[in-house]
Amino acid sequence: MSFKGTETYIASNELQVAVNAAIHLEKPLLVKGEPGTGKTLLAHEIANSLGKKLITWHIKSTTKAQQGLYEYDAVSRLRDSQLGNDKVHDIANYIVKGKLWEAFDSEESVVLLIDEIDKADIEFPNDLLLELDKMEFYCYETQETVIAKKRPIIIITSNNEKELPDAFLRRCLFHFIRFPEEEQMKQIVDVHHPGLKEEMLNRALSEFYRLRKVNGIKKRPSTSELVDWISLILRDDLLKDEPEDGKRKLPPHLGSLIKNEQDLMLLERMFS
Amino acid sequence: MFLQLFYALKHEGIPVSLREYLTLLEAVKAGLGETVDDFYSLARTILIKHEEHLDRFDSIFSQYVAGSMKLSPTDLSKIQEEWLKYVTENNLTDEEKAMIEAMGGLEELAKRFQELMEEQQERHQGGSKWIGTAGTSPFGANGYNPAGYRIGQSGSRNRSAVKVWDKREFKDLSDKEELNTRNLKMALRRLRVFTRQGHEEELDLDKTIKNTSKNAGFLQIEMVPERKNNVKVLMLFDIGGTMDDHIDLCSKLFSAAKYEFKHLEFYYFHNCLYERLWKENRRRFNNISPTFDVMNKFNDDYRLIIVGDASMSPWEILHPGGSVEHNNPESGLVWMDCITKKFKHHVWINPNPKDMWEYSESTRILKQCVNDRMFPLTMEGLSSAMQMLKTSNKRSTNVSNSEERFG
Repeated sequence: MSFKGTETYIASNELQVAVNAAIHLEKPLLVKGEPGTGKTLLAHEIANSLGKKLITWHIKSTTKAQQGLYEYDAVSRLRDSQLGNDKVHDIANYIVKGKLWEAFDSEESVVLLIDEIDKADIEFPNDLLLELDKMEFYCYETQETVIAKKRPIIIITSNNEKELPDAFLRRCLFHFIRFPEEEQMKQIVDVHHPGLKEEMLNRALSEFYRLRKVNGIKKRPSTSELVDWISLILRDDLLKDEPEDGKRKLPPHLGSLIKNEQDLMLLERMFS
Repeated sequence: MFLQLFYALKHEGIPVSLREYLTLLEAVKAGLGETVDDFYSLARTILIKHEEHLDRFDSIFSQYVAGSMKLSPTDLSKIQEEWLKYVTENNLTDEEKAMIEAMGGLEELAKRFQELMEEQQERHQGGSKWIGTAGTSPFGANGYNPAGYRIGQSGSRNRSAVKVWDKREFKDLSDKEELNTRNLKMALRRLRVFTRQGHEEELDLDKTIKNTSKNAGFLQIEMVPERKNNVKVLMLFDIGGTMDDHIDLCSKLFSAAKYEFKHLEFYYFHNCLYERLWKENRRRFNNISPTFDVMNKFNDDYRLIIVGDASMSPWEILHPGGSVEHNNPESGLVWMDCITKKFKHHVWINPNPKDMWEYSESTRILKQCVNDRMFPLTMEGLSSAMQMLKTSNKRSTNVSNSEERFG
């Protein structure tokens, strides 16, 4: 069982090694990198290529680690007791399973994506240490230990908004997705827009890398934006003609590449 | 088998533990690192946890590979072979191959490479030799050494790589001191402005009991938003020059602040504040944030913390054009005045010992500039500085009622 990238996802050799190590060693893989380099997509593609079910757990600033395990719905139990419902005598009726429990409970091994772990509270990763290490946890209310039937493949993504604690990092493998070089970028574009003319592709890429190199841009356009942009250009059949010499115009459909209005203004000032 | 690499990493201050080493062995045993390329990716994935360390890892790995070739122990023979093959097949032109033969073959070259590498580290300059030696370029392009990593980024090969390599003494404040910063964090913790904002997700017990009894015993849940530290901090770091003596301590402070404050913005300056600040020290000359823009970007509820030793010639503060780095149209004094007026909650933290301050003219001037709010970088000084940032807030009155404060 090994991962080699898919028809719709070009994985560098380094990334393949990292993913295969994570699968083999049964350790979570922490993936970092610029926004838009395909961190989240990776988990989807692993699930696809290995034919496994994907369970995603999106982390928000309000997410608690406990929510990934289970939640005890005390309020509805209290309400049921007031209404005289028979369900109230079995506490298990009020345990709501979280994503981790779901993944541990599955008969087949699954791919579990913990997306944007850095959005959560600082303590969040620390609360998951044992769970990710031993792949088990204890449910106090029903007094049972939940152990993973098949250890899931865990992919964790982070955008570096907060630093993760060392104890947590030690339990993970780590891969930093570098921004693709031009050669690899061509492959990636080719996967999404097969049969694109070489000349056109080169022109689009040179425009794209030129924008990325502009100093002072807050959010530099990334792979996913490039793919969207090329599909827009293709639709309107733009970028066919070589711009006149010496004139550096802004590329068409700039809005799909640059997402920040200050950046837009900066570019307009620079190239007008 | 890979102990050398492990200890080299540890020696260089990359946090690696036995656990990771065992994991690496397990992975190698399972046949995951067959070629040297795969082994490199594998070792990096398992041993490295921060992208800040990638660069250092590359450089150590390159030394390791070069070193292991010189010693050529039998267990590494496979990797060695692969590596040689890789170098010859993929990276060398026919001309270069001929040149290698002339120099005594690849083995010899590898030795030479390592010698050069060590020499380069010791001297921190004299890139001419580095560039001039034919045949070292494949190592660079291979991506295992620090120069190589940079080459990939900057596109223009050797020259720029060596330049960055040379400039390393000007490194950004790294946060490798993470573990020893606990007491600094405790000091910074004093600067907390708690507010209850956002989603109501905590049970308000008192109110729930009150309303439930009002409701004739039927449960009436009352919720409140969680209490969170909402303080916003803008930090300006003096970097380079005399600050090099304090770089360790400042790194610790920076690391602690990054951990403690959710809204933290930071910029660098050199010696005194002028019209320009920068975010990345490596690109200090071409990626500039004008001070004016920074002042406009952040509201005046940001707490301003300036970290610097304030040691320079008074000329650098008092006169236009006084900066040692560029020709500044307005004096540092003007900018200090502007920024302290804009951010009412400001302190200056000085890593120099307090009893030395009075002997330095520039320190006296700057102390006056920040309305006497200059504190030494000690636990005590930091605590009183944080206290000052909090209480100076009280004086400025425009506080919303929802804020609760704990002294």
